[in-house]
Amino acid sequence: MIELRNITKRFGNVLANDHVSVVVKPGTIHAIVGENGAGKSTAMRIAYGFYKADSGEILIDGQVRDISTPHDAIALGVGMVHQHFMLVETMTVAENIVLGAEPGNAAALDLGKASTEIEKLSAEFKLAVNPETVVEHLSVGQQQRVELLKALYRHARLLILDEPTAVLTPQEVEEFFAILRRMREQGKTVVIITHKLSEVLAISDEVTVMRDGRVVGRVQTAETNAAELARLMVGREVLLRVEKPDADIGATTLSVKNLSVTHADGTKRLDDVSFNVHKGEILGIAGVEGNGQTELIEALAGLVSASRLSGEVHFEGRNITSLNARERREVGIAHIPEDRHRRGLLLDFSLSENSILGVHYRPPLVSYAGVFLNDTAIRKRADRIIQDFDVRPTNQDLPARALSGGNQQKLIIGREFDLQPKLLLVSQPTRGVDIGAIEFIHRKLVALRDDGCAVLLISAELEEVTALSDRLLIIHEGRIVGDVDPQVATIEEIGLLMTGSGKR
Amino acid sequence: MTFLRQLLFPLIAVIAAFIVGGILILIIGDNPIQAYQLLLGSALSWPDGIGYTLFYATPLIFTGLAVLVAFRCGLLNIGAEGQLYIAAFATAWVGITFANMTAWVLVPLCFLAAIVAGGVWGAIPGILKARFGSHEVINTIMLTFIAIALCSYFTQYHYKTPGDPIMETSPIGGGAHIARLGSFIPGLPARIPVNIAFLLALLCCVLVYIFLWRTKWGYELRATGTNPTAAEYGGISIRKQIIIAMTISGSLAGMVGINEVLGYRYRYYDGFSDGYGFTGIAVALLGRNHPAGVVVAALLFAVLQRGGIHVDGFSEHVTKDIVQVLQGTIILFVAAEAFFRGSFGRFGLLKRAKI
Amino acid sequence: MGELFSAALFWSTIRLSTPLILAAMGGMFSERGGVINIALEGMMLAGAFTAAAVTYATGNPFVGLAAGVAAGVLIAAIHAVACISYKADQVVTGTAINILMIGMPAFLSGAFFLSSGSTPQIPREHLIPWTPIVIAFALVPIAWYVLYKTPFGLRLRAVGENPEAADAAGISVARMKYAGVLLSGALAGIGGAYLSIGQSSLFTRNMTSGRGFIALAALIFGKWRPVQTLLACLLFGFTEAISIQMQSVIKLPSGEDIPVQFIQMFPYVLTIVVLAGFIGHSRAPRALGIPYEKERT
Repeated sequence: MIELRNITKRFGNVLANDHVSVVVKPGTIHAIVGENGAGKSTAMRIAYGFYKADSGEILIDGQVRDISTPHDAIALGVGMVHQHFMLVETMTVAENIVLGAEPGNAAALDLGKASTEIEKLSAEFKLAVNPETVVEHLSVGQQQRVELLKALYRHARLLILDEPTAVLTPQEVEEFFAILRRMREQGKTVVIITHKLSEVLAISDEVTVMRDGRVVGRVQTAETNAAELARLMVGREVLLRVEKPDADIGATTLSVKNLSVTHADGTKRLDDVSFNVHKGEILGIAGVEGNGQTELIEALAGLVSASRLSGEVHFEGRNITSLNARERREVGIAHIPEDRHRRGLLLDFSLSENSILGVHYRPPLVSYAGVFLNDTAIRKRADRIIQDFDVRPTNQDLPARALSGGNQQKLIIGREFDLQPKLLLVSQPTRGVDIGAIEFIHRKLVALRDDGCAVLLISAELEEVTALSDRLLIIHEGRIVGDVDPQVATIEEIGLLMTGSGKR
Repeated sequence: MTFLRQLLFPLIAVIAAFIVGGILILIIGDNPIQAYQLLLGSALSWPDGIGYTLFYATPLIFTGLAVLVAFRCGLLNIGAEGQLYIAAFATAWVGITFANMTAWVLVPLCFLAAIVAGGVWGAIPGILKARFGSHEVINTIMLTFIAIALCSYFTQYHYKTPGDPIMETSPIGGGAHIARLGSFIPGLPARIPVNIAFLLALLCCVLVYIFLWRTKWGYELRATGTNPTAAEYGGISIRKQIIIAMTISGSLAGMVGINEVLGYRYRYYDGFSDGYGFTGIAVALLGRNHPAGVVVAALLFAVLQRGGIHVDGFSEHVTKDIVQVLQGTIILFVAAEAFFRGSFGRFGLLKRAKI
Repeated sequence: MGELFSAALFWSTIRLSTPLILAAMGGMFSERGGVINIALEGMMLAGAFTAAAVTYATGNPFVGLAAGVAAGVLIAAIHAVACISYKADQVVTGTAINILMIGMPAFLSGAFFLSSGSTPQIPREHLIPWTPIVIAFALVPIAWYVLYKTPFGLRLRAVGENPEAADAAGISVARMKYAGVLLSGALAGIGGAYLSIGQSSLFTRNMTSGRGFIALAALIFGKWRPVQTLLACLLFGFTEAISIQMQSVIKLPSGEDIPVQFIQMFPYVLTIVVLAGFIGHSRAPRALGIPYEKERT
């Protein structure tokens, strides 16, 4: 159906795709697996004409085709559902579906005709959704259906799905897979991009494995297993357990009482959450992304405005609910944010300027009446962080933008560790980070715990949270739905809790 | 080397604009070389040319700095025009109301009036953005028109000398006058209005530099400008920074009132500004949003302004309006920097320098 | 008081609203496509000057009108190339165009008509006082239809709301944005032409005197929607009509005039109040002012 031949693509200095070749047979479900940053999405965005390859060619039905815009791809029967949905939120479902392929003529948009057709497609593929609803009022699962309908409406024969299950609960994933199988029966070809091996094994016919921008394996799903795929993905045996001594758990450091966060749209994103974190332990929070983790950590870090909050947060016995971000850092709370580009770094500022974010007002970083920045002290601090956390390159005058993801993350972690916090809030510490740095970061987190710091760890990587945590809470739709011992609980049990269907 | 690279781009923009202007002059049947000779020659003559050039540069340094400070906080203050009108009127008001005071009290009081009034007018869009999230660009445009109308109202109905056909206030007290540079510099006649405010403008450049790059406050302001969500994470209040930046920006624009009222006309003259606030955007952009660059860019635009008057008088077809054509073209070229990066970038001459 | 709300005031309102409606509808096409257009003022000036100059030269106001439209489109093309193809800051580019367009017509009239910034008087029989008014009022339902009932409108709105989604749906984002901006130039050009060859009989330096900005204010006040924007334009036109009449007509009980400056301020104050959300919230297209960059890393 589609074939990529020797696709190469660079973004600046980063080689995202290095002679990538993929063959997808018609009428199959083909999985492309790899870690974050392996180049899966880039390759598929090239196939969809969203990016232009630097070299290489794309074949559709055995013929070399020039796909330089999504328009070309659509015309050739290629559809794509992006990881971040490409929907105009203020428009209706019908408007979104017909956008770019409008029924009627140039002078008149025939939305009535569109609605009939959409309803027909909905019935055929069991994708129930009301064409008149405005998209921003739909749930994530429904929005995904709109995306699928959009591709089907354009008569896509090949559907490329980029991490379609990231936002779904395991139950929804099952339904979704049923839809995919139905599509395969109807003769459609599906390419699914994922980094979840269980899903690959459950749904696909064939697998292409990518690592560091290259294709490192092509296998039949029936002839492989999780261990082999994992080995291909990371390039060696996976270290499933983090070496760590037993926790020496001390007094309560953080106590969260009935914490709720209301979103600007009025929905409750965090609903009556209570828990404690103790000195010397890592408390993990597992859950499907978007179930209130972001709101939880931002609320604890003092980044949610009081009007959206209810409940109390106590730190070492003191009520800190009304403290802002700076005051919370003052009492000894450090925060490694989930999104380093959005929250963690000033990308255009130098490493040294980044190394003081959050403490830029404290002596000795400021001198002379506490107003003027002290360059010597700032450089000393930056050097210390760069040394201790092996940030490369070491030139602290470089803008943070010039560093790789792993080194950016190490800079942030170094900055926060340098505060010698009593409580560390950390979210997705190893997202988009290379293997070497992941191990380094894991070791540092355990060492910090052993020094008596309380650590609250949120991660979408189930293996990461179970391996690192001493105690594990499971969050679903803004509520804590489980409290398990990660040494004892199985992945299946935790997975069930993450769907909200487990016992409380 | 990076410094040279920073310089290279604005230089290309200026040269390109002059070429465009030259072509226009050719089209209308005049000699561009001759016109430019008139333009530059008259502006660089001693003492009138240079004296007036420095005088015209003064408000542009203030407005350029005003735009710069807001820009470093991620805001576009295109309302410096309104802020300087309000400030100039406030300065004149103090100068008229307390006309009998001694200079030692009155001059600082007038300075304060300019700074505070400009600051307040700048703070309004800042507060509106911080509080309601309304866009500062629209609000500063609207506030400019409101400022102009307000000043015109007070002038017409309350502070005009009865019977005066010109829309201007009665004169300020003699104690409020500030010295012209001619009184210190031999050979510079006192009739040339360049005054102490020029030195104040240079001082402000230094202060703005120190504030933005050497203090924790400047760090907070720039951090907000480059990534507001990360600044928030770093314990910096975005709302506060927006208000601070707009207030400082307004105050800097307001100091134009010192030059105009205390150093030049000694009264408020309705409609005195020749678009200084808007030209300030060009000055800041061309000056790469750096105080040193602002001085250079302000001098360049002042040369054009001074020279334009001369061109008007001595050439047949070319009018002083060529100055606005050049100014507009320069901003266009600076704004669409990629146009040049695209054509020169592959020779490695220009690297992406994000402001 | 009675004679204030007269037929004269009505027609005056219509006349004064016309250039605002034309420019605001233009601004709407540009901004719904995601490109901020504070260059409406400059585009109007280009239209006004060109229409007057060409009408004077040819003696045919319709040729003049067409030339005014062409001039508006030309200026819009500069804005479009800078903002869309070269991703320049839209506000800065708009400001540059406004400065350029204060200078350019004056410069050209100085050269061609040897005057300081105005064109010669155009004979009365060569003026078109009615055509632009008809165009303006007919334009509103057409603009509404185009925006909401045609594929073009759907695509334009999608590009202004979420260009990435539009791109993924196979729409050329740049082409739609160009269309929106050029359309705004054409309409602002008619608005400008009306000022010089409809309402008056010559071009004078900076003759728009902020009408482009009032049109922008009306657009925001009208929440970027055609009918509301029309109403805002009528309201602002009405205030201007009053302010012209009032100097002679309205006296306060104390015998003083209501200062005309306060009437002039009205549209601007209203816009600030609306933007702050005091009178219903005015939500801009989501991607307004953000250049679309595809290969963001």
